[in-house]
Amino acid sequence: MTLQSSLDIQARSATTTPSPSVRSSAAVAKLIDESKCIGCKACQVACQEWNELREEIGNNVGVYDNPSDLSASSWTLMRFAEVEDKDNNLSWLIRKDGCMHCADPGCLKACPAPGAIVQYSNGIVDFKQEACIGCGNCITGCPFNIPRISKKDNKAYKCTLCSDRVAVGLEPACVKTCPTGAITFGSKEDMVSYGEKRTKELQERGYANAGLYNPAGVGGTHVMYVLRHADKTEQYSGLPKDPSISPLVSLWKGAFKPLALLGMGVTALAGFFHYMKVGPNEVEDEKSREEA
Amino acid sequence: MSKYLQRYSDQERMNHWIVAICFILAALSGLAFFHPALFWLVNLFGGGPWARILHPFIGVAMFGFFLISMLRYWHHNKLDDNDRKWLRQWRDVANNREDMLPEVGRYNGGQKVVFWITVASTITLIVTGVIFWRPYFANLFPIELIRLASLLHAVAAFTLIVSTIVHVYAAIWVKGTLRAMTRGNVSDAWAKKHHSNWHREVTR
Repeated sequence: MTLQSSLDIQARSATTTPSPSVRSSAAVAKLIDESKCIGCKACQVACQEWNELREEIGNNVGVYDNPSDLSASSWTLMRFAEVEDKDNNLSWLIRKDGCMHCADPGCLKACPAPGAIVQYSNGIVDFKQEACIGCGNCITGCPFNIPRISKKDNKAYKCTLCSDRVAVGLEPACVKTCPTGAITFGSKEDMVSYGEKRTKELQERGYANAGLYNPAGVGGTHVMYVLRHADKTEQYSGLPKDPSISPLVSLWKGAFKPLALLGMGVTALAGFFHYMKVGPNEVEDEKSREEA
Repeated sequence: MSKYLQRYSDQERMNHWIVAICFILAALSGLAFFHPALFWLVNLFGGGPWARILHPFIGVAMFGFFLISMLRYWHHNKLDDNDRKWLRQWRDVANNREDMLPEVGRYNGGQKVVFWITVASTITLIVTGVIFWRPYFANLFPIELIRLASLLHAVAAFTLIVSTIVHVYAAIWVKGTLRAMTRGNVSDAWAKKHHSNWHREVTR
């Protein structure tokens, strides 16, 4: 979101040469411990406050989700799922949804506008709206259904992991405000080990399938979850079990891109050399006829 | 017998050139999104957002005018055994050994293949393009379909661009062809040499 940032960029959309990378900074991560979440939505409020966003007043859709979906001005959202296990025990699974800040971001891969999506060397994936052309490829590329295009300006928006705060040594607004400590922020390394510790504690408490959600299919994420039911991630309002960039997107924005360009170039060159070698196909007697 | 034979009417030629202009504009703006090395092409359209806004409308215009040509030339382009034989002798075609080739009617096998490739890729482009056209239509379709459409759109565009390079080159290579589209007629000798069956038909 921020126009400028003191963070170093490690990857940039629609850019084929390396970004400045002499410096490197420690990877950061946000850890969301679902077992500690009480669904108070303070994180949503803090997000709107810090980023100076206001969601339009919506309608009650019969569940606690409010607003009902992520939007260009709601970058994080508590999703509430009521799930019954096989013994008819009801659990209320609350997941704070938002950008996962993938190490291998599908949005960045699919984006055609140079620099409209950047990945900082600390792992944060950020949208630069001033370079966004509004095509929606980021939505096509995202395995988590996160980016939203604003109806006001046709630019894509999503959670920035408060890159402006992180750049000056602060934690994201949602972390700062969370009253139960369900959201923590730190180096990726620390967050992984803290997540594993929490996982073990939950397992000892009887949640045999508790686990840390840091999906390898997208290279790991800089927003991770501790889940009590890591074996059934889909129960958490459709959190994908093993997300990865769609092979269709990988082909489209991977091998096909340079090969197609090469194919067009070779076709044009083949024509040129054919003309130089074989020469034009002329009607022999046309000239003499015209002169006659 | 007149020295020049009418090949395309004024209306047919104007339609062809409208499609051609739309194609060039759609291809340039589309290539800008396709590869970062070509993103500078958006400047021809007033920048990234404008290129993104204009591209689909240009595409719809191209499809509309192409449809007129397609329906008009459909029945001229049915491949027969003669065409298949012509295509099998592509080495003779490429080396200007036209005397070895079977006699050709209004269109030769190569032109017919280009026609069908153009038809298939243009239809693919319009269908897939609508599926991920933002902000108007993309929200009506599931994400997996949008992903597939995005890939197919790029493949179809590549196919159309390559076949159009062949189409344009053939017109440059075979002398006397271009005037069919610029002036509407071709010389009697050209028709006899390249489309002898058609020549016979129209001079009967």
